[in-house]
Amino acid sequence: MDGVAQLQKQLVDYTASLFQEGFLDEQFNQLQQLQDESNPDFVVEVVSLFFEDSERLLNELAKALEQKTIDFRKVDAHVHQFKGSSSSIGAQRVQKVCIAFRNYCEEQNIEGCLKCLQQVKHEYSLVKSKLETLFKIEKQLIAAGGSIPT
Amino acid sequence: MENGFSSPRSESFPAGLRVLVVDDDPTWLKILEKMLKKCAYEVTTCGLAREALNLLRERKDGYDIVISDVNMPDMDGFKLLEHVGLEMDLPVIMMSVDGETSRVMKGVQHGACDYLLKPIRMKELRNIWQHVFRKKIHEIRDIDHHESFEGIRLSINGSEFSEDCIMFSGEDLTSFKKRKDFQNKYDERDYGDLSSTKKHRVVWSVDLHQKFVKAVNQIGFDKVGPKKILDLMNVPWLTRENVASHLQKYRLYLIRLQKENDLKASFGGIKHSDVPSKDTSGGFGLQSSIHTNQNDVANDRDQFSGSNFYGQDLDAKNNEGDQEEIVSEPRPDSKKPLTADVPDPQDTRSSQMSFDHSSASLGSDVNYTEFDCSIPKQYPWSECPEVQSKQEHKLLLQLEDGFSQQPPGVPQHYIEIDQLQSGRDTSSPIKNEPVLVEYKSHHESHISPKETAIDNFSVQSKSLIAYHQSFEPSSTAIKSMKPQAVDLSCITDLEPCQRNLISPSDLTFPPFNEDLTVCWLQGDFLNKNFGLPNMEFADYSDPGFIADIPVHLYDTLTSDYECPYDPTEYPIVDQGLFIL
Repeated sequence: MDGVAQLQKQLVDYTASLFQEGFLDEQFNQLQQLQDESNPDFVVEVVSLFFEDSERLLNELAKALEQKTIDFRKVDAHVHQFKGSSSSIGAQRVQKVCIAFRNYCEEQNIEGCLKCLQQVKHEYSLVKSKLETLFKIEKQLIAAGGSIPT
Repeated sequence: MENGFSSPRSESFPAGLRVLVVDDDPTWLKILEKMLKKCAYEVTTCGLAREALNLLRERKDGYDIVISDVNMPDMDGFKLLEHVGLEMDLPVIMMSVDGETSRVMKGVQHGACDYLLKPIRMKELRNIWQHVFRKKIHEIRDIDHHESFEGIRLSINGSEFSEDCIMFSGEDLTSFKKRKDFQNKYDERDYGDLSSTKKHRVVWSVDLHQKFVKAVNQIGFDKVGPKKILDLMNVPWLTRENVASHLQKYRLYLIRLQKENDLKASFGGIKHSDVPSKDTSGGFGLQSSIHTNQNDVANDRDQFSGSNFYGQDLDAKNNEGDQEEIVSEPRPDSKKPLTADVPDPQDTRSSQMSFDHSSASLGSDVNYTEFDCSIPKQYPWSECPEVQSKQEHKLLLQLEDGFSQQPPGVPQHYIEIDQLQSGRDTSSPIKNEPVLVEYKSHHESHISPKETAIDNFSVQSKSLIAYHQSFEPSSTAIKSMKPQAVDLSCITDLEPCQRNLISPSDLTFPPFNEDLTVCWLQGDFLNKNFGLPNMEFADYSDPGFIADIPVHLYDTLTSDYECPYDPTEYPIVDQGLFIL
């Protein structure tokens, strides 16, 4: 059907753009490959877990940086966690900011840290909305009777 | 969580491998679970380290391998690693998004049989079964070898030596060959056979361990030996080998603990900060030599790195965990007989020390600083580089990761301080002390730049150097293997040594006033300097030489340390060790 074919194309193109723009990397492909009949919603589930965990981490980070005396080790620990988390789904841009973030932590550079916090929040919300869009298209495709191209 | 509590896999191996995954990141936990299931493994997931330990304790023998993240909120991944190695003796794979060499080194030192970087690909998980298989093979081999060495060991065992001391001498070659044969034979076998031929793998339950500890305390830690413990424990199905191997691990563990305590206490001495670099002149006796070594060492990092590899390799390969024998004998880089510097008393000491290995398989007990690379069990001592008997310095370096038993392959080197002391003559260069070097994994950073000079010490011929050298490779090796550097406690015991030299935390080269320190430093240095690129020892070139050392030691013992080794002998060692 035209509708299905169109949606499929949309999906493929959109996914490709996410990779091109560096929002996602190879790891995301791995996740998609793990999805199978026994786990048809695997990717969505994993990404949802990621979102939940990330909100929590970002809150902790903001809190830690709001303290009068900042405990950089704690901040660094959170960033490290976030880095690990974002690597799990392939959120490349988020990961990159985390690396810079950790450097600032090491230097105990408050300004740098605050800047990175903003950046990481920004990148996170970007990738979040992109993924949500991606999932929406997938849903539409399936609803229209199509299947996700592998 | 599913529980992989089933009977050991048989013909379908590696399918059905029972894996326990521990990670506080829920996203990763889910992904790993899926990946492992796709590999047809039986997966159990766990978000907390303590929970994981409980699971493991509840079901001894319910899991084949553990994969754990390094950073966890309730417990440090390395600690978990130690516990698992110590209590359950399972292979443990570490994971982290942080791939810094120092971290990886720490992992290896603590006994991890592998260290994966996140993001983890599925293909990396497919092959984790090799660690399980390898361990089984080693266990069997160890048992075999252990038995064959019994005779030798008993004859060699002096009162000072623990019963675990294994003398590798002429037997080495034969044993080595035997091992090879065994392996070949083994490889052809179906894994299923493995289970049946596998010699009892003892799972050290809390109760059993309690009995063990009680027995050890009753006997007295310094007089302890597997036989005595076995008798006291009165557990019919337990064998001497089981106890010996467990004893080794336990020793390392204690040393590590003690080291940590000592560190706080006796840290004063180490003056390493001043030493090194300037001492390159090396004119002054051992001490200077040490310094020189340090400096040299730095330069020769490469050399050591080789050795590190060796060590590491050994670790990796040694699932047995015991093998690491680090020959404390200093290996002269340049073939200079190290012995030259070492005074006689040292000789005696070294002999003692060298034999501290536990049964062949254990080997690791004795860590010769020199060879720190934990000599894998697989390598008969004969292969070890010849260490001049004079080297006496065979410091038993105990690199322990903290007793945790390092997962197979991690050599446990610990320094038998007692032994050192007995033989030691204060007058003799402290070099012998080096043995105590502690390699704390975290100490890696300590290695001061000067230490890198260690590379240079190639041979300054000072006995210290020898230590260093030997140490170096080992240190790197050790470092990789064991986080814990030589037991600081060991150091304290050696009076002459200047404990000072070795500051537990900083393995940096202690002021070389004492010859000793060198030993440890190496370990640190190596890490630092080398960054231990070679963590994968799989390639190290000559494990053999490490093996040689023990032989050497052995000779020393028998020949009353006279055994001057032909300097030419060492070249091999040097090469082997240092060539990375």
